[in-house]
Amino acid sequence: MSGFVSPVLIYSLIAPILIVLGGAVLGVLVEAFASRKIRPVLQLSLTIGTLVLALAQLWRIRHETSGGAAMGSVAIDGAGLLMQAGIVFMAILGVFLIADQENFTVLAAAVPGSPEEAHSIKSGEHLTEIYPLTLFAVAGMMLFPISTDLITLFVALEMLSLPLYLMAGLSRRRRLMSQEAALKYFLLGAFSSAFFLFGAAYLYGFSGTVSLSGIGAAVSGSNGNSVFMLIGIGFLSVGLLFKVGAVPFHAWTPDVYQGAPTPVTAFMAAATKVAAFGALLRIFYVGFANAYWDWRPFITVIAIITMLFGSFVAIAQRDIKRMLAYSSIAHAGFLLSGVLAMNKAGLDASIFYLIAYGVATLGAFGVVTLVRDSAGEITDLNRWAGLGKRSPFVATVFATFLLGFAGIPLTSGFIGKFSIFSAAYESGNKAVVIVGVLSSAIAAYFYIRVIVLMFFTDPVEDGTSVIIPSVLTRISIVSAFVLTIFLGVFPTPLLNFISSTAIFIR
Amino acid sequence: MTSNYLVYLIALPLLGSALLLFAGRKADKWGHLLGTAMSGGAFVIGLYEFSQMLGRSTEQRAVTQKLFSWISVGSFQVDAGLMLDQLSICFVLLITGVGTLIHIYSIAYMSHDLDRRRFFAYLNLFIAAMLLLVLGDSYLNLYVGWEGVGLASYLLIGFWNQKPTYATAAKKAFVANRVGDMGLSLAIMIAFATLGTVSFAGVKEQASQASTGALTAIGIMLLVAATGKSAQFPLQAWLGDAMAGPTPVSALIHAATMVTAGVYLITRSNFIFDAAPTAQLCVAIIGAITLLFGAIIGTAKDDIKKALAASTMSQIGYMVLGAGLGPAGYAFAIMHLLTHGFFKAGMFLGAGSVMHGMDDEVNMRRYGGLSKFMPITFATFGLGYLAIIGVPPFAGFYSKDKIIEVAFNAGGIKGITLGCAALLGAAITAFYMTRVVILTFAGSKRWDDKAHPHESPVLMWLPMALLAIGSVASGFIFTRGNSLKNWLAPVVEQSPVHEGELLKPEVVSVLALVLVLLGVGLAVVKYLRKEIPLVAPTNVSIFTRIARRDLLQDDFNEAVFMKTGQKLTKALVVTDKSIIDGAVRGVAKLVQGSGSALRTTQTGFVRSYAMWILIGAIGLVAAIWVVTL
Repeated sequence: MSGFVSPVLIYSLIAPILIVLGGAVLGVLVEAFASRKIRPVLQLSLTIGTLVLALAQLWRIRHETSGGAAMGSVAIDGAGLLMQAGIVFMAILGVFLIADQENFTVLAAAVPGSPEEAHSIKSGEHLTEIYPLTLFAVAGMMLFPISTDLITLFVALEMLSLPLYLMAGLSRRRRLMSQEAALKYFLLGAFSSAFFLFGAAYLYGFSGTVSLSGIGAAVSGSNGNSVFMLIGIGFLSVGLLFKVGAVPFHAWTPDVYQGAPTPVTAFMAAATKVAAFGALLRIFYVGFANAYWDWRPFITVIAIITMLFGSFVAIAQRDIKRMLAYSSIAHAGFLLSGVLAMNKAGLDASIFYLIAYGVATLGAFGVVTLVRDSAGEITDLNRWAGLGKRSPFVATVFATFLLGFAGIPLTSGFIGKFSIFSAAYESGNKAVVIVGVLSSAIAAYFYIRVIVLMFFTDPVEDGTSVIIPSVLTRISIVSAFVLTIFLGVFPTPLLNFISSTAIFIR
Repeated sequence: MTSNYLVYLIALPLLGSALLLFAGRKADKWGHLLGTAMSGGAFVIGLYEFSQMLGRSTEQRAVTQKLFSWISVGSFQVDAGLMLDQLSICFVLLITGVGTLIHIYSIAYMSHDLDRRRFFAYLNLFIAAMLLLVLGDSYLNLYVGWEGVGLASYLLIGFWNQKPTYATAAKKAFVANRVGDMGLSLAIMIAFATLGTVSFAGVKEQASQASTGALTAIGIMLLVAATGKSAQFPLQAWLGDAMAGPTPVSALIHAATMVTAGVYLITRSNFIFDAAPTAQLCVAIIGAITLLFGAIIGTAKDDIKKALAASTMSQIGYMVLGAGLGPAGYAFAIMHLLTHGFFKAGMFLGAGSVMHGMDDEVNMRRYGGLSKFMPITFATFGLGYLAIIGVPPFAGFYSKDKIIEVAFNAGGIKGITLGCAALLGAAITAFYMTRVVILTFAGSKRWDDKAHPHESPVLMWLPMALLAIGSVASGFIFTRGNSLKNWLAPVVEQSPVHEGELLKPEVVSVLALVLVLLGVGLAVVKYLRKEIPLVAPTNVSIFTRIARRDLLQDDFNEAVFMKTGQKLTKALVVTDKSIIDGAVRGVAKLVQGSGSALRTTQTGFVRSYAMWILIGAIGLVAAIWVVTL
């Protein structure tokens, strides 16, 4: 037997993930040993501090490129770092929203409607477990887009998913719905993970390796069983398409978006999308690039039905969170056209789109947390009528996010859509572009409908009001608002930064 | 040449809009004055630029101003830049000139409205967006203005949103415009992907090397955009309903400026259409269809504003037809656009003045004999009327005649068909416009005693009078020594050789005049000699009924697009409905204490989701298999 070879790790390059994991572990300790009184403040500052530190470290290593940071399991490259930075930034905005504890149950373990629950609410305490959970999820999300072998990918997938399943069930109001959402998310997530593993096994069987570049080489050499390869690609895609919410693997999205506490929905919708698309892009661009003509047809079909389905069904929604969920499905379809482009422009556009979409999503869900009555948030669209007359500022901000989703010029969404569709067109995928533009026209209809509802319909007097947000929530929403406009008017700095740094090493 | 003042053209009204919106109720006292001043200021800058332009030689006339670099990535460069050339100055003067007159008119017209300040804010916003549309130096900048005017018109149509029908009208306009916008964004994307640039200068340069297929695709998409914005067939249905907005809005947006944006787009893109004959032919055909379509609808409308709206649709059809005739027609399309801007805006303001004096009654069957009570309105409206039906020497005669003439000379069957359509349109125009004038101003009075028709205040009739001067003189000025044609020549390159003439100009003029007289005569016989019933008679022919129903445009849209859309949505929502209900039912059961959370998952819903995933996965693998076989 050969001796044990100790792994070589380049700590500075994987430090961002380690920092976040360290913060999460510290958070668990705080949970165990700190007194209840100081926990909320302590956890919040610990979490934000950790994330800021991770962001700083990402900035320091922004020019690094290395395939050997962790024995070939992760790749440190421009595209990966950009997506990591996007995830951490969105996590910070998300944690600001999460800090508003009004949305969370105090004692997650208490049976809904039980005396324990009533008691815990009376105690006025806060739920602080959510902070370390968030950090664990963030660590998983950061690992996901830089993983270069199937095992690490799977570990990252589970690492980001498990905390999210829990977080989805922590709502204070409508707890049953929230718990139902969490359970559904968990069961379906497990189901799709199984597909992912199944696909990974086939790919290993095909190529004899789990590394993406090895698979890529095997695909171009085509010296394996190509049936195994195709089944592998197909099933691996199912696992990933589930996470991004593409049709027909989308069914969990509306339920979970609606059931989860809104700040969690915001964080999940924004950051998970970046992580999952990051991984998807890397796998397809690096691992399956040479099988392009094999997977292009089915991803094209999925992209098209995802865009159309999301846009059409969103029209019929009466609940703002469900509507945003279907809108996120439609956006997953738009983003898939960036994957399909399979060129540098497509990669750049996808990253820009992810950042623009993520930021606007955080802001939009942030606004949703503000519209309440005595029983909690109001997500029924009819009761949003006349919001523009009651609180013009909040309504204007929300309208801006919606216009961003719709891709109206001078918002970040326009630049994102324009660059992603023109990249897809350049690659010759005209069908996707035409359906994409068509469904954005349909989608614009329901976004604008909400704007009309807010500004042109008379308010109903039913106790709906917009609460004065906490400072942190305000920071989160305002920065999302500013970025949405800024990236629409002056997109050049970010676009340039992305185009000069975003590469995948093989 | 560069100019540093172009940005102020847009900045002034934009600033006005922002000030009026943010100042709130405090600005109610002076808001309308500020709004008017801002629009007037832009007009003054426009005049200054025009005078500067006149002083320069032909090649030096166009000026540009770069604001900042909007998108700059690798090979993709888009500056937020403005360009004022011979074509855009026409629009700038029209938008700010007519716009300012309409601002002045609105001061009086909206004086009883509590929200007058907000109205002026939207008007200013519209002016700014429209100026951006015509000043942008690339398709992308144009697109920003394009969306901007859409938004502003949406706000203005829905301004009186207390009434649900008005909100519906705003929505319809929005949907039609979205389809158009989609065309524009596709055109931009195709242009970028195939030509690598989206600036007008860049596209013009590259167009000679591009394939005809790509140019045709771009051209067709631009045409889709134009049909949406300019209410052309088949996206015309929204214009009539958009009349729900306040009348000055109809005059500004739905007569003089925004609806002509499509004509601007086509003329601006002349280098694409000239290189893509198929697309150009489509433009001409769409124009010809719409000019007849609108004219026929116009004959059946009792609502004065809707009759004018149908007429606008028809007149823009003439412009689109002109623009579709290529280099020979561009200048006349723009000429008709300008003259139409004067006479149609004037007539809309006239209609507003009539409504003002008649307690907002719009049904022409309840007017009659108003010329005695509103002499100034009658005079200005009458001059506009003579201009639109094309009586020499009024403005419409010059511009419309030229389009008919160019259509006939387009050659072959195409020329004869288009020319005949345009001639026929002229006859129908004469008929329905005479009908409007007779029903409103002539004959016996048919209003109840409650109405007290009276002449409008000076702030209202003065703009009408000024516009009437335009409807009288503009055609003469534009054609004198081919002034407009020569002026526009550097922008829309003209064919040096004149194609063979099928009909001499004099013949066309005589033919057109005869047909116009026939139309007028028929209307006189039908409406002046007979008693007008207060309620539209129902025992009419099927044709009249179809015309009254806007040639079934709504029925068609409803049956083909709305119903299918709704069915599709419903079918798709089935998957979702069961989920919502399912979740709620599941929760309800739980609340009844019938079990643990786990039971919800056993109601089959998660199973059905998982089933979807499984089916999807199997389908996916099967698809790959099929593809690679």
